[in-house]
Amino acid sequence: MSATVEDVARYERGTSLWQDAWVRLKRNRLAVIGGITLIVIGLLCVVGPWFIHYGYEQQDLVLGPAPPSAAHWLGTDPFGRDLLVRILYGGRVSLMVGFIATAVALLIGVTWGATAGYIGGRLDAVMMRIVDILYALPFMIFVVLLTVVFGRSMVLLFLAIGAVEWLTMARIIRGQVQALRQQEFVEAAISLGLSRAAIIARHVIPNALGPLIVYTTLTIPSVMLLEAFISFLGLGVQPPASSWGSLISDGVETMEEYPWLLIFPGIVLSVTLFALNFLGDGLRDALDVRSSRD
Amino acid sequence: MSRFIWMRLLQAIPVLLAVITFTFFLIRFAPGGPFDQEKAVIPEVKRALEAQYHLDQPLLVQYGTYLKDLAHGDLGPSFKYPGRSVNELIASGLPATMELGLYALLIAVVLGMAAGLMAALYPNTWRDYLPMSAAMTGICMPMLLLGPLLVLVFGIWLEWVPVSGWGDVPGDKILPSLTLGSAYAAYVARLTRGGVLEVMSQDYIRTARAKGLPERVVIFKHALRGGLIPVVAYLGPAFAGLLSGSFVVETVFQIPGLGRFFVQAAFNRDYTMILGTTTFLAALIIIFNLLSDVLAAWLNPRVRGALEGKA
Repeated sequence: MSATVEDVARYERGTSLWQDAWVRLKRNRLAVIGGITLIVIGLLCVVGPWFIHYGYEQQDLVLGPAPPSAAHWLGTDPFGRDLLVRILYGGRVSLMVGFIATAVALLIGVTWGATAGYIGGRLDAVMMRIVDILYALPFMIFVVLLTVVFGRSMVLLFLAIGAVEWLTMARIIRGQVQALRQQEFVEAAISLGLSRAAIIARHVIPNALGPLIVYTTLTIPSVMLLEAFISFLGLGVQPPASSWGSLISDGVETMEEYPWLLIFPGIVLSVTLFALNFLGDGLRDALDVRSSRD
Repeated sequence: MSRFIWMRLLQAIPVLLAVITFTFFLIRFAPGGPFDQEKAVIPEVKRALEAQYHLDQPLLVQYGTYLKDLAHGDLGPSFKYPGRSVNELIASGLPATMELGLYALLIAVVLGMAAGLMAALYPNTWRDYLPMSAAMTGICMPMLLLGPLLVLVFGIWLEWVPVSGWGDVPGDKILPSLTLGSAYAAYVARLTRGGVLEVMSQDYIRTARAKGLPERVVIFKHALRGGLIPVVAYLGPAFAGLLSGSFVVETVFQIPGLGRFFVQAAFNRDYTMILGTTTFLAALIIIFNLLSDVLAAWLNPRVRGALEGKA
């Protein structure tokens, strides 16, 4: 294939990796639908409660559990609380857990992986051996234990989940950094006398962003699942606050009489997880990252 | 090969020790002790109870005693079930959990491999899209939702199967096994599809066909074997997931298994029970990871050769 004048002009204007990826992502219909769904759900959770004149803990014991109606679009729970508002508030909690815990995992994983990969040698061997060992441990047990120990504080819940989800992140970053370390521009940076930390932060990590973004989008749903799981066991978010997991857990108890209390929160959680997974898969294809997951 | 297994077993000892140490000290820092109940216990009674279980001794002494007993295979007495040892409780919960895990694994492997194989043999047709969308649903639908939904539809509305229990009424094992197995079936299907697709483009498949082997033999003897390696390698981690998944499934279906015991022990601050179940589950997971690595290595001739050369 020979380069035409337009090609050269295009190259001079420069299509960055990111523009390329953006074009490819836009062509993936499932990923676009996933992304839009996420934005809509996120906006609804943030803005929605302001437009509904019920509070999430506001009870109506006279009404009790009512099926969906014009006054309560998704019905009410046994305390007469509006389910729609509780789902939206719960969404704030669930999404926040998803993002913050993932950020914690990202921070630990990237620092760990980049250090091991860049410095290499014996330190690398020791650090990655620790990751291997932690991989073999029963995580769920530790998350349950950590939530028991730290009480039912939400901040610590984020930390506990983040602290067990960083392993794969560390592995991916280490691999990337090891490959990048051999590149000329890193050598150039070294010869310019930049410090190790500066090289890692300014040159190595930006170049490993693609896999990082992809894996982050795929970590969020697994973190949200973990939160739902913990709340389901009764260890996470405490009443009257709600999260999607705790709403499902409450819904299960009364599903025979009031099935809508299980079905609506279930739909919202599943749709969000679907959207995140489709977006993550789309990003993986767009950024051309070979996943270690499948 | 046997050297590889011994090395891995030796490495497991410090890992297990780390788990025990970490858990031991972690739960001691948890707010509330095993004898803090809703109604206040008389201080003398509480002290007597604590003395009985040696909780009044320095922490390091307790830790030493625990390790010494553990070396003899004794996990200590349960705090919440007086007169019963943790060993007994684990032994009573283990059969249900193992049976549940086994059925779920069976469902995952049989259903997942069948779906993945079909998808790989007819790529980009409806026979690919249908099982793969089902797999995506299986991955996105959390167990804690799938379980109750299955109960609602098949147990309560259609009344086809019992809604809870384990081994009390015929058919009550179907829903729990299906709930636990579905997510793993989905992953197995994806892995099988990927593995078989990759193998189908290999030269030795063309050779097999060129020899005039019937397609059935090519697929089941040559392609499936290559496609099996990632699946088998996944079974180790899957087993760990199955155990934690059993926490949810056992809670939803009220199955008296290890998962439910562990969750209750965590709620009750039953120190010895938490430690005992954690240690036991960690050991199980380590052993299964090892088994799956050995099996995957044995299935892959290249790795097998390397391992045998080393031994």
